[in-house]
Amino acid sequence: MTRNLIALHATLLVVFAGAGLHQFAIQSWARETPNNEKTIRISASTFEFKPSEITLKKDVPVVFELTSQDRRHGFSLPDFHIRADVQPGNAEKLRFVPRKVGTFTVLCDVFCGDQHEEMTGTIRVVD
Amino acid sequence: MIHQMHRRDFLKLAGIGGAVFVSGATLRAGQMQQDMGAFYFVQISDTHWGFTGPAINPDSQGTLKKAIAAVNSLEQRPDFVVFTGDLTQTTDDPAVRRTRMAEFRDIVSHLNVKTVRFMPGEHDASLDRGDAYQEFFGDMHYTFDHKGVHFIVLDNVSDPTASVGEAQLDWLHADLKQISSDARIVVLTHRPLFDLAPAWDWATRDGDAVIDTLLQHENVTVLYGHIHQEHHHMTGHIAHHAAKSLMWALPEPGSVPRKVQIPWDATSPYKGLGFRNVKADTAQARYKLEELSLGSIR
Repeated sequence: MTRNLIALHATLLVVFAGAGLHQFAIQSWARETPNNEKTIRISASTFEFKPSEITLKKDVPVVFELTSQDRRHGFSLPDFHIRADVQPGNAEKLRFVPRKVGTFTVLCDVFCGDQHEEMTGTIRVVD
Repeated sequence: MIHQMHRRDFLKLAGIGGAVFVSGATLRAGQMQQDMGAFYFVQISDTHWGFTGPAINPDSQGTLKKAIAAVNSLEQRPDFVVFTGDLTQTTDDPAVRRTRMAEFRDIVSHLNVKTVRFMPGEHDASLDRGDAYQEFFGDMHYTFDHKGVHFIVLDNVSDPTASVGEAQLDWLHADLKQISSDARIVVLTHRPLFDLAPAWDWATRDGDAVIDTLLQHENVTVLYGHIHQEHHHMTGHIAHHAAKSLMWALPEPGSVPRKVQIPWDATSPYKGLGFRNVKADTAQARYKLEELSLGSIR
């Protein structure tokens, strides 16, 4: 089990309006991300995310930089209603502010093959 | 013989508000009044032909054939059989995919019924947007009418993002405009149209739009598969009923941290595997679901 404890020291200016952001909005915000936000690089490939476990601090924004090593995947955090397509050859940026503490599932939500359903990860949000 | 099966969980849908209900309303003008008599059909789901995994199902080559033999031995022949997706286990190899579909089609050709209906699951259609599926089984969304019921087959899998999509939503709107608001409608699809367990990928991304459209009609029931277990849920007045798989069972939504296939239980072979009869009870103006366990078939 891989554990990446991410120390985050960001100050943030933009407040998410809550659940249900459209991908367009997410991408637009990602382009405007201040430099002092922590970037977390996540690689997707059949059938895993690397890293597969990430720990974040509540209310501290981060930017996920998502890349695919092989085919189209999805990166979805249903408990926060955010997601992004992850295509080979393109680094997708997804800004995220964890507003609640807990352990949450990340999953690939673009069907990618016979072990697609095992392509999951965990995000822990701590105080 | 099927009459020797242990028939359990005979579910009276009206009791949970999920009935479908057939009595005598007007459907598509002039077309659907022909026969409002009682009938029943069989729903089989998630056969995953081509799956191998002895710890999960050591009889993976046998369960589909066993179910077909059971259907053929029913005392009363069903009006039709419908397979609600994941006919085959997915593969990256287009040739293997077609081989599995050909084998599946050959096996189910032994069903002793006049009509068999199909729809894809994500294992059949998501990796090639349904190209192979359509070669073997035809359209991925369509309608048919049977004895006063309007059946709508929806495809929420050939788009790998688990979406129905704008074009199909437009098609659905156009279809529903042609029938009265009190028409009896049964929707057949693979994934749940509501957010059953999004963290387990048990949802349809634009399922809310489908449900909003269907809610304009008074008598709608949804039959689906995907989650490999019997499950019942209401969204407003619409009842949603998931069917068991013939290949492996899955845990109840949210009951365990991680969704994993339930291993084969040698002390109770075929546990959790089965299919269902759907009976229209015209005298009571309701449907009944009869869940049949593969393990009870002798």
